[in-house]
Amino acid sequence: MQAFCRLNGLVAPLDRSNVDTDAIIPKQFLKSIKRTGFGPNLFDEWRYLDHGELGMDCSKRPLNPDFVLNQPRYQGAQILLARDNFGCGSSREHAPWAMFDYGFRVVIAPSFADIFANNCFKNGILPVVLPVEKVARLFAEVAPTVGYKLDVDLEKQQVTTPAGEVFEFAVDVFRKKCLLEGLDDISLTLQHVEEIKAFEARRKIEEPWLFSS
Amino acid sequence: MSEKTLYDKLWDRHVVRCDDSGTCLLYIDRHLVHEVTSPQAFEGLRLAGRQPWRPGANLAVPDHNVPTTDRSEGIADPLSRLRVETLDANCADFGITEFAMNDIRQGIVHIIGPEQGATLPGMTIVCGDSHTSTHGALGSLAFGIGTSEVEHALATQCIIQKKARNMLVSVDGQVGVGITAKDIMLAIIGKIGTAGGTGYVIEYAGDAIRALSMEGRMTVCNMSIEAGARAGMIAIDKKTIDYVKGRPYAPSGALWGKAKTDWQSLHSDSNAHYDRVVHLDADSIQPQVTWGTSPEMVVAVGDCVPDPATELDPVKREGMQAALAYMGLTANTPMTEIYPETVFIGSCTNGRIEDLRAVAEVVKGHKVAANIKRVLVVPGSGLVKQQAEAEGLDKIFKQAGFEWREPGCSMCLAMNDDRLSPQERCASTSNRNFEGRQGQGGRTHLVSPAMAAAVAIIGHFVDVRTLEV
Repeated sequence: MQAFCRLNGLVAPLDRSNVDTDAIIPKQFLKSIKRTGFGPNLFDEWRYLDHGELGMDCSKRPLNPDFVLNQPRYQGAQILLARDNFGCGSSREHAPWAMFDYGFRVVIAPSFADIFANNCFKNGILPVVLPVEKVARLFAEVAPTVGYKLDVDLEKQQVTTPAGEVFEFAVDVFRKKCLLEGLDDISLTLQHVEEIKAFEARRKIEEPWLFSS
Repeated sequence: MSEKTLYDKLWDRHVVRCDDSGTCLLYIDRHLVHEVTSPQAFEGLRLAGRQPWRPGANLAVPDHNVPTTDRSEGIADPLSRLRVETLDANCADFGITEFAMNDIRQGIVHIIGPEQGATLPGMTIVCGDSHTSTHGALGSLAFGIGTSEVEHALATQCIIQKKARNMLVSVDGQVGVGITAKDIMLAIIGKIGTAGGTGYVIEYAGDAIRALSMEGRMTVCNMSIEAGARAGMIAIDKKTIDYVKGRPYAPSGALWGKAKTDWQSLHSDSNAHYDRVVHLDADSIQPQVTWGTSPEMVVAVGDCVPDPATELDPVKREGMQAALAYMGLTANTPMTEIYPETVFIGSCTNGRIEDLRAVAEVVKGHKVAANIKRVLVVPGSGLVKQQAEAEGLDKIFKQAGFEWREPGCSMCLAMNDDRLSPQERCASTSNRNFEGRQGQGGRTHLVSPAMAAAVAIIGHFVDVRTLEV
């Protein structure tokens, strides 16, 4: 996994609550059996005016001029500003894969769906939870300021605005370490092979019916 | 030790180790696998030269991409075919049991787990699918995971997780005649919202929950994720034990006796602490219909489409306006004046035999209404289909003008050929009314099977309790 430490990045605002993973990456693109290449289809049904299918050349498709990410000022955005319950719905990890592939490294919202947030941490994306009024402030600041950037520092757990205002955020200790160092979960867990084996052996005695098939 | 909730007990039983921050390795008893969220995980194993930790703990089935029409010629769509063939090949390579497309036991992963006894009380169960919460109906801890975690579960038989908080949702008293598990769950989501359960595991309790059949309990737990909770669960009782007994993967003989004794302790202690408690009055629950693009956008069938003008929160108001525009609805329209063109009956929420019986009871002797273009009935598994045909339900459906299909996820998420066209309006027994969920531009109204059946024969939403059937 690619590590994430600190980023000074352009912010794009997506002013909707309950953005679900079907919207982030529609189902027709889940037919790819790869982890990469989902970026051109991020928010496909909002982003393009036609119906998208896997394998289409997205550079030739008609863009929806009303969709925020299509505005020239937000090209190259690496930080997505969103509302409550971002990433709800399906557990598809294709959602963070698509966001990463597009270029997003941070999503800031008042709340995230659990599975989506978890999937972000496993794919080099930092989900930052800020209080709803702070997120509302950021929305208000982004709109009038072309080129609005935020500094997001995972080590310090701080978001800093262009005016120098600092918002602290909480992050789980283990997830922080994994993201800072780009650690692979499976290798970490396999350091505890003997403990897993011992646990399993005990369960075989206590609940043998779980091991009969 | 203080008194524990059911979740506390299941959690404690499965913790292999925890670090100082409370991040734990949780042992997984059963891993269910389907073709959408697994190929990249198997590829990851291959690239790292790893093998599944315990192949026998996994059970795989293709469900999202399978056609629900004639399968004798295989899958026409090359991309869907590739996914299903990839699952076949991965299961063969890694020694994992798979119910392949033409196996009578094939079906939606969350239908076949309980049906086979492959998901049991007291287990931890994961699957790369958010509706894994379904299995909590059997008194297990079951939650959806992403593909990285699928790979992690395959390689280590564990998941890295922090403990969630406990929420109790108690549905007190009894529901009225004609009110189903789906209505109860939609009412719960309407009350707590789609993020109401975020960070929690929900335990459903109360007389109305206890009175539900096992299949009804599965419908309730299934939609826990629509309330934001990764897992939902219901304590074990005699119904649970009776349901599990004799199923192919359930323990038998001496092991059955031991298991049964153990399972009887799987309920919350009487003074266990919950971080949040929500009560609903069962007798106030009416048949539910969603009007918007989030499951929390739900009202009773006798109500009208809500008016954004009455919403004070500007973010919510804009959300309501966007939902009405997408759904092609006008505020204050009575729900009973909304006319779908399509009816979908099926999914992991409502694709079980009792759901099909409920539909048959409403439609028996009736025909599809003139404005309804199609009614799809998609059984949740090959065995549900077989049972329905043994009871003659298929004949009732066909005589009414419904299409009787092969088992799979079908139009719940439209990964196969079953999908809505832009602006097509659908009464659906599935679980998500998100934009584009059932097909780009499609308009979904979530309802119970009986309510969907009523739409099919009447042509608009109607309180199914008022029909003379």
